[in-house]
Amino acid sequence: MNNVLQIAWLIPILPLIGFMINGAGRNVLSKGISGFIGSAVVFASFLLSVYVFIQVKNGNTHVAHYFNFISVDFLKIAFDFKIDQLSSLFLLIITGVGFLIHVYSTSYMHEEPAKDFAKYFAYLNLFVFSMLILVMGANYVIMFIGWEGVGLCSYLLIGYWFKNNDYTNAANKAFIMNRIGDLGFLLAVFWLIAKAGTVSFDEVFSAATLAKLSTTDITGITLLLFVGATGKSAQIPLYTWLPDAMAGPTPVSALIHAATMVTAGIYMIARSNILYTMAPLTQGVVAIVGLTTAVLAATIALKQNDIKKVLAYSTVSQLGYMFLGLGVGAYTGAVFHVMTHAFFKALLFLGAGSVIHAMGGEQDMRNMGGLKRYMGTTHLTFLLGCLAIAGMPPFSGFFSKDEILAAAYANNPVLWGIGVITAMMTAFYMFRLYAMTFVGKFRGTHEQEHHLHESPAAITIPLIILALLAVIGGWVGIPEVFMHGGHRLEAFLEPVFEQSNAITVKHELSHATEYMLMGISVAGALIALLYAWNKFSKYEKTEVPSAGFSKLVENKWYVDEIYNAIIVQPLRSLSVFFNNVVEKKGIDGLVNGTGKAVNYGSRQLRWLQSGQVGAYVLLMVIGILVLFIIQLFL
Amino acid sequence: MGSYITFPELLIWLPLLAGILCFFTKREQSARSLALLFSLIILGISAASLFYTGTKYATWNAVIYFYPNNIGNTFFVGLDGTGRLLSFLTALAFPIIFIATYKNNYKNAASFYGLMLLTQSGLMGVFCSMDALLFYFFWELALIPVYFLCSKWGGEKRIQATFKFFVYTFTGSLLMLTGIIYVYLHTSGKVFEDGTQVAHSFALSSFYNATLSGQEQNWLFWLFFIAFAVKMPVFPFHTWQPDTYDQSPTSVTMVLSGIMVKMGLFGVVRWLIPLFPLATVKFSHIVMVLSIIGIIYASCIAIVQDNLKKLVAYSSIAHIGLMCAALFAMNQVSVQGVMLQMFNHGINIIGLWIVVDLLEKQTGVKQISKLAGVANKAPVLTILLVIIALANIALPLTNAFTGEFLMFSGLYKFNPWYAAVAGIGIILSAVYTLNMIQKVFYGNTVSTTEAIKDISWNEKFILGFIVCLIFIIGIYPQPVIDLTREAVTALVSKIK
Amino acid sequence: MDIKAYIVLALTLFTIGIIGVLVRRNAIIIFMCVELMLNAVNLLLVAFSKMHAVSTAAKALPTFASDAQIFVFFIMVVAAAEVSVGLAIIVMLYRNTHSVDVNFLNRLKN
Repeated sequence: MNNVLQIAWLIPILPLIGFMINGAGRNVLSKGISGFIGSAVVFASFLLSVYVFIQVKNGNTHVAHYFNFISVDFLKIAFDFKIDQLSSLFLLIITGVGFLIHVYSTSYMHEEPAKDFAKYFAYLNLFVFSMLILVMGANYVIMFIGWEGVGLCSYLLIGYWFKNNDYTNAANKAFIMNRIGDLGFLLAVFWLIAKAGTVSFDEVFSAATLAKLSTTDITGITLLLFVGATGKSAQIPLYTWLPDAMAGPTPVSALIHAATMVTAGIYMIARSNILYTMAPLTQGVVAIVGLTTAVLAATIALKQNDIKKVLAYSTVSQLGYMFLGLGVGAYTGAVFHVMTHAFFKALLFLGAGSVIHAMGGEQDMRNMGGLKRYMGTTHLTFLLGCLAIAGMPPFSGFFSKDEILAAAYANNPVLWGIGVITAMMTAFYMFRLYAMTFVGKFRGTHEQEHHLHESPAAITIPLIILALLAVIGGWVGIPEVFMHGGHRLEAFLEPVFEQSNAITVKHELSHATEYMLMGISVAGALIALLYAWNKFSKYEKTEVPSAGFSKLVENKWYVDEIYNAIIVQPLRSLSVFFNNVVEKKGIDGLVNGTGKAVNYGSRQLRWLQSGQVGAYVLLMVIGILVLFIIQLFL
Repeated sequence: MGSYITFPELLIWLPLLAGILCFFTKREQSARSLALLFSLIILGISAASLFYTGTKYATWNAVIYFYPNNIGNTFFVGLDGTGRLLSFLTALAFPIIFIATYKNNYKNAASFYGLMLLTQSGLMGVFCSMDALLFYFFWELALIPVYFLCSKWGGEKRIQATFKFFVYTFTGSLLMLTGIIYVYLHTSGKVFEDGTQVAHSFALSSFYNATLSGQEQNWLFWLFFIAFAVKMPVFPFHTWQPDTYDQSPTSVTMVLSGIMVKMGLFGVVRWLIPLFPLATVKFSHIVMVLSIIGIIYASCIAIVQDNLKKLVAYSSIAHIGLMCAALFAMNQVSVQGVMLQMFNHGINIIGLWIVVDLLEKQTGVKQISKLAGVANKAPVLTILLVIIALANIALPLTNAFTGEFLMFSGLYKFNPWYAAVAGIGIILSAVYTLNMIQKVFYGNTVSTTEAIKDISWNEKFILGFIVCLIFIIGIYPQPVIDLTREAVTALVSKIK
Repeated sequence: MDIKAYIVLALTLFTIGIIGVLVRRNAIIIFMCVELMLNAVNLLLVAFSKMHAVSTAAKALPTFASDAQIFVFFIMVVAAAEVSVGLAIIVMLYRNTHSVDVNFLNRLKN
């Protein structure tokens, strides 16, 4: 109990306090104050996270017990936080990147009325709070609290401009898609409870509990958990909410895509790594789904014209990469990619936000161009971000992507091949985006051109910091071939994955192969990059309707339409059928029918009561005669 | 206390007394204040009863009176864990309802409040009685004032709706009465403490020990179950509910949905399962399948429902379906979840009704399609509603999550497929709740919602109180769980 | 005399009474027919009583089997009371409606 890490509860509580202050005081707080509170609490959490990280770095891990959440019969669910290498790393990413996004938002959202401004910051803080609970929870139920919490916050933030029906539709879609995944997660938890009797990480991953679970159990549980991950981390088949989530303010997109929410699935699988390692079938599914998503999203990103949509699909694609990494057992690689991705994707989104801000809300890249003349800092940082995501050495994306690809190659060269093609597409669409936005000549209206300006410091400083991180962030994981002991992240995360590492067979690639793999992927990306540059740096607006494959891609493979046709519409028809036919005609018909039958029968019987005494007597006589007959003859 | 008067007696007689007093008040204001005052006193007593548990205070919690010319029926009332929880819910609900509708004006307010308090007395009696005949008496006593309340103060189609309600519930009640008499005839004789000797007895313990063959249990089970299923209601006995909820005055709807539906579940817990354990095991699958069909079915209808009140009604049917299914899973975890959820559901649905009532009062419409953009005009109301609605769809850290979590894990243990199919209800509940929020609260205002005002002090207070309860139980549900632990253990052991 | 003769007579009287009640509309005649039926029953009672009284089993008994004859007196007393009430009703009826037709008395219908 006396472990210094017991104070970890302060880390999530601080943003919660920020949420409460901003939420309760939204009518009285000025913009400056609510922005300051919102950012300050996250910064304080960040400082604490640094402290926690240093503690963990020095070998102090801890499960902090606070109180019993639920305790029934054999089922004991404690409100515990688990502080170890994995969670402390995520704490740093969440609070660090989260803080920069908060700072950025103080400027970006400045045109909002003070009331909404405070509401916005309250939601952001709640978002950070939920994500912190998610990564700190020491069992699946506490994790689920954060898991649903981030879903809720994304709902609130996507629908932040609630007057617009399209935005609220997107918010609903995000929440419902996530709920579908959450059901998978919950069923996995119930399965665990039924079979293992516990949900706490330490107990589930202990050898004794694992021995209790059959292969079917583990495969089933991991598959269901993965269903949860596909919802939260936007994988096939539940990815369509994420591009729609662009309806929210741009910093929110950055927060969802980089620091929080979508990385939850990766975190969860990395946390449950031993279960996944023990279920090869699930690993295969994870790898294939991840790769398919990566390719699919990358193809869609090729033809998008909305600057945020390109980035959104690129996130889906990068997440696919991470799942590929998880699927082939490169847990460190996946977590590494989460980290580097957090840096450059936050950078790209914030940069895009800066562009949109300058363009007065314009998001269509066809109306941009030549912005590098007006926005020096944004341009430069954005370029660095693009290089990082394209996997150019020595930027951060190179190292993490390379690690995943190398692991994929060791597992199956086909996976690697498709991975490289995806990487090329990534380079292509990112530089298409870059070229269309910053190079060439301006294609917007004169009014917009007049308005163009570099964003204020609150926007550019986070960009610069993130750009720096996007450049050097990969250096904590320099592969063995370049530098012995260069992969400090792997060494740091070793204790988390040691169980898995103990049972997996290591495919050691020779140095020559590794150099070759790197060479091919970098060369491929470079070719794609130059091709895109060449093609789009002198982009002119044309109105040629696309056809064939590009039309298919432009319309996102019609996935939304297909979902609408096979799920939404049938559900609606079924509901209407239930309401109009079964409920009203069937059950109510039966009930009312009984009433009507009685009514009708009585109405008929009434004619017997004619009021004529003679008729009554006649009936009486007949009745007596009938009784006589029955008595005598039957 | 104890040797003079007991908790259950206070809980039953005080509302009755208050109700009768209300009938004699002259002015609306005095009836209202009297009702509120008494309901608060009852709440205080009920809250106190939560702390005086255990064998040490046994004499405070149970009492038995005999009648002369005994046929084996007694006035035997007592509080066990389940009864304590539900009587507390009842005691809590009435002040909430009275405060929330404090500004409503009723014609003939004296009778209105009088009947409301009579209902409370009946409900308390149901939750406290330990004697079958007494239980039946209170069961009807709770029903009759509601009938008058609906038919006198209801909406346009109130006569039709109340008639349906009455016929449904009364049919169920009569079936149950038949069952009670049959079981009574199969109880063994008993010698009471005062020396009276009877051939048969209505006492709960005699009923539990009645000698019933498996065959007899089979059909008696259905006699009782239909009575309880109508009250809950379980698919396909539910069609009275949306109509009644729609047509009743909202405060009565709150009583109906918040507490009355719990009578059905309580009946299952107190009478059905302990009386017919063999039949329970035999028919649990049928009941659970019906309940689960009900979850999906009601959720689907809620999705396309345009009437706000009916939407809440169908959502309630779906939630009750889950509770019924979990109850028949009959393991400690699921039943504990049901206990917790009975309380939570009562709180949450009353909160929802308060909001619906506010909207209807201010705009005069209850069609979702005619409302929009309320959030622009009434932000506080929107925030409170969103929280309550999220509790309704069982978001973690709200009270319903813990309940549903336990119910689902118990259900899963019983049969994974049931849990999986019932789980679809979680998704559907999000669909209809979010749709409702989006259509009613988001968007731009329309003519109906143009003049809407944010909520006043009493509603703000009471909704705030409900929201606090939602979070407190959501974060620390253990006290509520502990309250019913012994009762649940006893119940579950009946099956094994 | 053979018992059959009494039975036939009683049945005839009773049938006449029934048919009278059924077909006639005059309240007084219906009333008389009802009396006729009562008396048919009386006749039967007396006849059977006599029959049992002369049977050998009854002779052995110390007391005379007089139950049925007591019944007859009962019926006569009740019939007398009935006549007084019934006739009063019919008189009141006539005063109100100036008719003794029973089919006229269907105002309770509907």
